[in-house]
Amino acid sequence: MISSDPKQVQRICFYNIEVENMHKLEVAKKHGAYEFLPTVLNDFDTDRIIDEVKTSGLRGRGGAGFPTGLKWSFVPRNTGKPTYLLCNADEGEPGTFKDRDIMRFDPHLLIEGMVMAGFALGVKDAYIYIRGEFLHETNVMNAAIEEAYAANLLGENILGTKYSMNLTVHRGAGAYICGEETALIESLEGKSGRPRFKPPFPAVEGFYSSPTVVNNVETLTTIPAILEHGGAWHAAIGKPNNTGCKIFSVSGHVNKPGNYEVPMGTSLKTLIEDYCGGLQHGSVPKVVIPGGSSTPWLTAEHYEVPLTYDDIMKAGSFLGSGAIIVLDETADVVAVTRRLSHFYAHESCGQCTPCREGTGWVERIMNRVDAGHGTQADIKTLKDASTHMAGRTICALAEGAAAPVLSMLKHFPEEVQAKLAEKSS
Amino acid sequence: MSGLDQPRFSEERLAEIDALVKRYPHPKSALMPVLYMAQQDFGFLSMQTQQMVADVLSLKLMEVREVVTFYTMFREQPCGTHLLEICTNVSCMLNGADELFEHMKDTLGIQAGETTEDGLFTIAEVECAGACAGAPLLQVNNIYHEKATAADVDALIIKVRAGEVI
Repeated sequence: MISSDPKQVQRICFYNIEVENMHKLEVAKKHGAYEFLPTVLNDFDTDRIIDEVKTSGLRGRGGAGFPTGLKWSFVPRNTGKPTYLLCNADEGEPGTFKDRDIMRFDPHLLIEGMVMAGFALGVKDAYIYIRGEFLHETNVMNAAIEEAYAANLLGENILGTKYSMNLTVHRGAGAYICGEETALIESLEGKSGRPRFKPPFPAVEGFYSSPTVVNNVETLTTIPAILEHGGAWHAAIGKPNNTGCKIFSVSGHVNKPGNYEVPMGTSLKTLIEDYCGGLQHGSVPKVVIPGGSSTPWLTAEHYEVPLTYDDIMKAGSFLGSGAIIVLDETADVVAVTRRLSHFYAHESCGQCTPCREGTGWVERIMNRVDAGHGTQADIKTLKDASTHMAGRTICALAEGAAAPVLSMLKHFPEEVQAKLAEKSS
Repeated sequence: MSGLDQPRFSEERLAEIDALVKRYPHPKSALMPVLYMAQQDFGFLSMQTQQMVADVLSLKLMEVREVVTFYTMFREQPCGTHLLEICTNVSCMLNGADELFEHMKDTLGIQAGETTEDGLFTIAEVECAGACAGAPLLQVNNIYHEKATAADVDALIIKVRAGEVI
């Protein structure tokens, strides 16, 4: 069991991740799965659960870092409409691969978290929107859900209580934008995934215009521990305003890439050197993309930054989904930016002109620059296009597309110039 | 178009779809799962297949077209029996994905999106598939093969050509 002493806690979502066959109900139950669920269903109510989650300080683990308890408190009650719970398992931000491990190795922890969240919010129908590529994970989740139904942990009158909840896994089909919560809702309604204007926020008007909560896999998976040990327990882990543990997906030029859950506030350097076996080449990274490819780059000067929402923001970027992409001294930052520009142009949903056109322009210019055909005028256009698309669109994709370009221009102007010189001089 | 060319879901599929529709507040939500079923049963989503899906869910053809053309995993063209996809996004790129994709193109003598003449292989470059610790990632008919090498690709091609089911 996870220690009730917050100072001892190193992992929450991944506590049992290495247990063999943890995806099977029988094994999961031996390790405490669903043990506290009857207490929640019998002795807790909506207000108490929301209060505990607020007290816990839990912030959304999908990228935005919005306080989960507060999000839940926005759901209007007694509207006469159903309330829906949607688990965002679209996990498409380049560099992010944590939710995949939760779902394939410990699916029952996610189901338990969803039943608890669903109970708090009065949800009858809940869905897991999983990215289409995760076929294996879909199969594992479906098998676990089937076991949970058979054991009366889902369905009608869960564990003999008055609470009933259905859970359905819904596959996406290869569209990054569907990780944006309103695009996810559109997609789940059987449409193309184009983000909606906010407000109205999904909590008030979401899936089929009903109150809807969208939470990330890791967020929901944290709920069972919070309710069992109390919000104050969770709040004492990590740092103030940045509580709990966080899974970091580390990839790129490190010797042991992987998912590592650590208490918030662990330093970037500790994560890379003590957990990831250090860099492939050299002793300090050239670039660290701290929260998925849409977040501004950090460089060697921030190597010791504590991994918290607030500290990373002070350093000029975002913790995002906790997807850390590490570039060592061998990396070609112009080629990396060119590749990311292609990604954003490919994934722009196309409804907002600045993003649809801007990401295309940026991609074409980056292709030229990386191929050695770029001009000084191209660099100016690159900067203008990136600056002007951010903040002028319905969702944040354009800002994400601008981040690598502006980071490259800010931190590595000489490497960009060197590429221009390659064939023009 | 003769009646024989019209795709039809089996009775089992139709029963499955009936049950599926009940899981959502509105049948339209079942569109993507039903498209996956159609793609699995008929190989790809021809215009006739899309019309059939529209009829089954009482949707307009255009509502189906809008979804099919938006999502990359729905295919309007037939593809080889083995769809080989390599992620070339940053984490995979930093670990040799571009070189691996080049190797695959050279070995099979086709370009991205093309199918070999024997109909065995289609290759594609894809976006981040969420397995960055296993870079470079190769998917074979959506099954993940992490830390893929040129030797893995060669071995796979030999096996498939020898008639093994991968």
